[in-house]
This record gives sequence, structure tokens and C-alpha cells, in this order.
Amino acid sequence: MKLEIRDLEVRFGTRLAASVAELSVDGGEIVGLAGESGSGKSVTILAVLGLAGTAGATVTGSVKLDGQELTGLSGAALRAVRGRRIAAIFQSPSLAFNPVFRVGAIMSRTLRLHGLPADEARQRADAAMRSVLLSPSLLRRYPAQLSGGQLQRVAIALALALRAEVLLADEPTSALDVTVQAEVLELLRELRDSRGMAILFVSHDLAVIAELCDRVAIMRSGEVVEQGPTRRVIAAPHHEYTRELLAAVPRLAVPEPGT
Amino acid sequence: MIRYAVRRAALALVVVAGVVILTFVIADVVPGDPAATWAGPHASAAQIVRARQYLGLDQPLPVRIGKYFGGIVTGNWGISIHTHRPVLSDIGTAAPATLELVIAALVIAVAVGVPLGLAAARWPGSLLDHGIRAGSVLGVSMPVFWLALILQLIFAQRLRLLPVAGQYDPNLIFSHPLATRTQMPVVDSLISGNWAVLGSALRHLILPALVVAAYPAGVVARMTRAQLLDTLGETHVQMVRSLGFSERRVLGTFAMKLAWNPVAAVLALVFAYSLVNTFLVESIFDWPGLGSYAAASVSSLDTPAIVGVTLFIAVIYVASNLVVDVVQAALDPRIRLR
Amino acid sequence: MTALPAPAAPPPVPAPRRLAPLRRAVRASPLITAGGAIALLIVLAALAAPLLAPYPADAGSATHPEIALHAPSLRHLFGTDQVGRDVFSRVLYGARVSPLVALFVLLIACAVGIPLGVAAGYFGGVLDEIIMRVTDVFLAFPPLLLALAFATVLPASLTSLTIAIAITWWPWYTRLVRGQAASVAGRPYVEACRALGIQRWRILLRHVLPNSVTPVIVQVSLDVGGVILTASALSFLGLGAQDPTPDWGLMVAEGENYFTTQWWLVTYPGLAILLTALAFNLLGDGLRDVLDPRWVPGVRER
Repeated sequence: MKLEIRDLEVRFGTRLAASVAELSVDGGEIVGLAGESGSGKSVTILAVLGLAGTAGATVTGSVKLDGQELTGLSGAALRAVRGRRIAAIFQSPSLAFNPVFRVGAIMSRTLRLHGLPADEARQRADAAMRSVLLSPSLLRRYPAQLSGGQLQRVAIALALALRAEVLLADEPTSALDVTVQAEVLELLRELRDSRGMAILFVSHDLAVIAELCDRVAIMRSGEVVEQGPTRRVIAAPHHEYTRELLAAVPRLAVPEPGT
Repeated sequence: MIRYAVRRAALALVVVAGVVILTFVIADVVPGDPAATWAGPHASAAQIVRARQYLGLDQPLPVRIGKYFGGIVTGNWGISIHTHRPVLSDIGTAAPATLELVIAALVIAVAVGVPLGLAAARWPGSLLDHGIRAGSVLGVSMPVFWLALILQLIFAQRLRLLPVAGQYDPNLIFSHPLATRTQMPVVDSLISGNWAVLGSALRHLILPALVVAAYPAGVVARMTRAQLLDTLGETHVQMVRSLGFSERRVLGTFAMKLAWNPVAAVLALVFAYSLVNTFLVESIFDWPGLGSYAAASVSSLDTPAIVGVTLFIAVIYVASNLVVDVVQAALDPRIRLR
Repeated sequence: MTALPAPAAPPPVPAPRRLAPLRRAVRASPLITAGGAIALLIVLAALAAPLLAPYPADAGSATHPEIALHAPSLRHLFGTDQVGRDVFSRVLYGARVSPLVALFVLLIACAVGIPLGVAAGYFGGVLDEIIMRVTDVFLAFPPLLLALAFATVLPASLTSLTIAIAITWWPWYTRLVRGQAASVAGRPYVEACRALGIQRWRILLRHVLPNSVTPVIVQVSLDVGGVILTASALSFLGLGAQDPTPDWGLMVAEGENYFTTQWWLVTYPGLAILLTALAFNLLGDGLRDVLDPRWVPGVRER
């Protein structure tokens, strides 16, 4: 298993924000983390990255990457893992990029931070951009000059250029138009298939999860209440809450002919 | 980009024109007869009348203003009633000293204020943070003339560590004559390799520059801290952290670049504000700058000089605001793209 | 068609709800507590000066040349000045002068600046342009210089000092309020008021004005310190209070010549200025944190 989360608990003071007894993602699969807004999904991602502290939370439990324990690692060791091995993409791509930096600058700085010499960094960045079907010339632009869909693809390109093994996606398509959403989802599928990435896909949109993820974990009020292969969970949900969520997904009703 | 700059420049000119007109109106209301001052205390009535004609004071106000505007462009800013020299050359002599002082003060302010603001934002709520916040409020609340006197007393007179007054040791005028080009001893001595004067000039600069720097340092520290804290909750900060950057670089490189904008804006304001504020400091440290010139002009009711100084400072103020506007647009692409 | 009932006067902005966070924050923020405490002390000193000062007459025209320039002692806590007056008493009485000047300056600045700002922001168009250009011109004047110029026009006194400083201060409020008023004017509920036929002055008074006021409160509290500093600077130059008024800036000026040996003449009045400005700045800072934490401080940070 690429990423293994066990007995993870994230607390804000005494309030338990997220509790994940068991969640794993293997290379070459997309695991969905579904639940309503505020159910603790985003905080889980922060905890995996070891950044829950910056939001004021305390974390207990275990997060293993390729069997290596991440919680309790020193700051420097964790920083080597972040970006380089575990990458993250965020919900509002237009807010996720520092507005006064060209996107290419952020990419090249990150690549150099993780030890790449300048020219190789540039080559990788260009190649990554092409992989996400964007022209490398867009790297010279500022975030305000790129659309939400393009920015999200740049974020994915960043993960690609870093050769990250795990991608944590925090509602990456929620702020995008439906058509653009489809493109990004397609990209994620490609990352899973051709690069063997382990992807954790967090979303409140069950329809998207059903379409994209191989396995799904349902989260309610910070606690994982059900897990399993997507098809099974949707067809035969075990938990009451899962059933409620599924029932709440709006379905397009096809009108009877003649009415 | 160019259009933006040009538009701002045009607006700036309008403002400066308004300043000139306002100054004329004010100066006109002032009691006292500049012609009499010009002619001197022993002048006869006829001489005063001729002086008035010579100075153009017998013309109505709008005409005088109009002529003045015409003169500005050609470099004729009138003749100082007090010194009998062209105002522009008077300002040319006095301004560099003040500029030297203000620039030195601002350099100190940024060199001290930014790192302190960064440190405060890095560990918010800590003792360091509270200390820095208290310190910056202290800087902003400092009566400049009082600080000047106190520092002068302690460092110059009691401890004898630094010189009391002046721009540099007058004895050096003979032993190491300074080739003046910019009229700023620090710059001139640096250019001409006159190390003796450089050392002396720097030693003379420290105290007054520190005094003038107190206020800007406080402002810069506060602003830096506030701006940084403001951005800390944003997604792009979290994103950069997730890429593996250390907290130091997250704040110092990425968040800081966003913070420079408003800090630069404040600096422009503070620059112009300091230009005039220095005259309190200048009188205490015998610094031969614009402040002393302005004070002397005001007390001798030297209208052309007053107008000249006001115009000069207003131009600098407007120009520095303009520069900041343009620099801000360059730093923050969102402004240009609007 | 039945006539609609006449619209009731719109309810005033609920002020009491805004005080609750204030009370909470006072307990939480050390800044407000410290600033408020010192400010309170100063106000008390000012009010109780006749009771606290050991030699109240020295704050007036009394002189005692025989005990001139005595160092601080138990009888004269801050020493005596060049004509033998007790510095401590004079510093205490000085607490009446500076804050009062600040109060009047800011009152005038608001009385002039706010209506202009509201008018500019609400009506927009040509009126806005004219008002803002005039404001810009006044803003381009470095405050001290303009105040200096005005102060020399008028005979030196505290009154002329107040007017001179007020003239340089009002533009900030105009600019501040204009932005607020403009954004309020564009809001749907104001349009609704207009559609309902409510008179303009009513809209201005009941809606635009109260909603533009929060940043003004913060700015005023931040400005008190600045005005006090400017006023003392001008008094130091001799353009404000005249002898024997116990104005702190004037006292520093009077003591300047004796400073190298009789340091107490300058130190204590100056410290008083510092403490007062500090107190009000802290208070303003804390108030700003409480009332409008998202507000980026106005570029003029006084």
C-alpha cells in the first residue's frame, strides 16, 4: 500500500474534527473521500501532509508512505516528502497560486527546492505542462491571466514535474465548470493509469466520486462510516448515512414520451 | 502600462497646480510687506515702491500666479526676498542635505522594520511579537524633536561617542577638500574616494537619521506584520507549504512579496512627510537642509521662497506617489490587468 | 388602487450589538487595556490637576526666580524651570492642553471632512471629482508645512494652532468616508429606499452616514496621537501656546537652551507627550482590531 492512514485523529482543542480508523490508497488507484462540507475531509488532507498544525490542530495516529511513518518526522524530513513525494491540489485554483508570482516561477522554485538543477527543472516543467495539454508558454503567465481549469491543470503539472507518487486532491473540481471538470477528471484518470499515482480524491459531490473513484470512504462529522469498492457502496450501501447521501444526489429525470 | 503611468502623471500635474495656487492664496493673506523686507530696513518709501514693481507685487494675484506658472517650467521660481538669490538655486543648495537625511532614515527604517515585522508575523502572539508591536507603536508615538534632543544629549554630549551637529567635520574642508557633485557628502565622498570625509559624514549622519527613522520604522514594522498576517490564512500560502517550503521561506519569500505593495505605498507617504518633519531635527543638529530653509522663509515672510519650497515638496510628494503607483502596478500584475 | 401605507422611518443602525464584541475584546487584548489605562490616567490627571499639583499657581503666571533650575527633589519631583516653576505641576496641567487641542482638531476635521466625503461618495459624478481634486491638493501638502504656513498667518495661539492643524487633517476623513459612502450608495437597500420615495437627506442621514462611520471611529482614535505630536511640534516652534501656558511642546522649547545641564526641563514634558501619544495610539490600535479586523489601516498611520 502506497499511503496508509491508521487511527488518525485530528483535534482542534478538545473538538474532534476528523477520525479515520483505516484508509489506504495504493499506487494506480483513486480513492474517494466523500462527505458533506465541514465533515473534516480537508483537515484530513492537511494532517497527511503534516500541516494540520498550521491550522491550529493536533494530530494523533499513523500515516505511512511506502511503509515509512510520517507522523513524528522532523521538520526537514517532512519538507522533503511534501511536494516531492506527496503533492496536493486545492479547491479554488485561482486562490491556490500566489498572485504576484508567475506560475512558472513557483514551479521552477519548487523543482529547485527539491534538488533539481535549473535547466533540468525547466525541461521537466515544460514536459509536465504538455502532459496536461497546456502550452509551456503559459508558465510565464500570472494566475490572474489563466482560467480556473488551466490553473488546476498547472497544479497537476506541478505534481507531475515533481514525480510525486501520491496526489491529495481537495475538491479540485468543485469550483470549475462542468465541462472543464470533465477534462480535469480525465487527467486524474490518466495519472492513475499511465503514472501509477495513488490519488486521494476528496469531494462532497457523490456523482463525481461515483464516476471517478475505484474505492470510496464515506465521512460523516469527521468519522469514516463506510468504505469499499465504489460500485458496491453505491449499489448496496451498508450504512444509513450512505443511503441518505445517495438518495440526496439529484438525478436527471427523463420525461415520458408524450407528456 | 504606459497609459496607466501617463494617466497618473496627468492627474499629478493637476494636483501640483492646485498646490501652487493654494500657496499663493495663503501667502497673499499673510500680513507684512515683502517689498519692504526686500528693500531693507533703511529703504525710503520710493525705494519700497520700486521694489514692489520689481518684484511684480503690484500686479493682481491671478496675473502673478499665471506668471509664476510660466516661470516654473523655465526654471524661474522667483527670487528669494530674504537671500536675494533665485529660489530654485536656494532649494538646490538646501535640498540635497535633507534628501541625504531622509533617504538614510528610510533605508534604516526598512532595514529594521521589515525583518521585525516578519519576525512578529512568524511567531504571532509570542513575547517577541508583543515586543515588536509595542516597539512599533512607540516609534510612531515619538515626539521627534524630543528624541533628537535626548539622543544628542546621551550619545553626543555625555558619552561623546558621536558628533553633536553638522554634516561632517568642518576641519576636513581644508585637509581633505570634498569634490561636490551631488551636494551630499556621503555620496560625493564615496564617488571621489575621499574616505576621511566619508567616515566623518557617516558619523554625523547616524544620530539625525536614527531620529528621523523612528516613525517610518514603526510604520513599516506594523504594516509588514499586518500584511503578512492577513495573507497567512489564504490558500496560496498553504499550497506553498504543501510543496515543501520551510516556514521561513513561505513567509519571507512568498508572503512577503505580496506585502511589499502596501508597504511601498506607505513609504512614499512617509518620504514626503519626513521631508518636512526633518526641519525640527535639522535645527537641533545644525543640518543645513530644506527644513531650516523653510523655517527661515516662513519667519521672514519670504513668499517666493515659501511657494518654492511648498512646490518642491509637493512635487516630490506627488512624484513619489506616482512612482509608487507605477511600482505597485509592476509588482502586482492584478493592478495592471484591471 | 389602494395607496401603500407611508413607509415607516427605517430603524437606526443597531448600535448596542456592536458594543458586545468591544467588551469581549477589552478583556482579551492587552493593547487596549494598556492604552486605555494610560489614557484614563492622563485624563484623570488633567481633570484632577488642581488637586494633584503641589504648586498649581506655577501652571499660571507665578514665578519664583530664586529657586530656578533646581534639580528634581522631593519638593519638586520634576525639578524647577528657568523661572522657578515646578515642572511636575506644569506637566500635570499640560495634560489639559494637548488632548483638548486634539479633540477640537478632530471635531473640526470630522465636521468638515465627513459631509464632504458623504456628498462626494453618494452623489458621485462631477461633484465627486471636484471634491476629490480639492482634497487631493490639500493632501499633497505635507501637514506640518501647511499647518506651519497657516500658523504664521494667524497670531500665535492655541486657537490658531487648532485651526491650522484642522485644515490639514480634514482631507483624510473626506477620502475615507467617500469610499464608504460610495459603496453604501450602490447597495440594493439604498436603491430600494430611493424607489420608495424616501427623501435624499433622510437616506443620507439614516443609512449612508451610520454605515460609513466605523472606519472613522478607528481613524479618529488613531489620529489623536498624531495630532498631539503635530501640535507639540508646532508649539515647540513657538507657533502655538504662549508662555505661561503649560503646553508640553512649549516647555521643551523653553528648556532647550538649558538642556545639557538641566535635563529635566526637556525630559519630563517630552515624556508626557510620548506617553499620551502612545496611550492613544495603543487604544486606537486595539479599537481597530476589535471593530474592524479586516480593515487595512489607512495609509497614514498615526
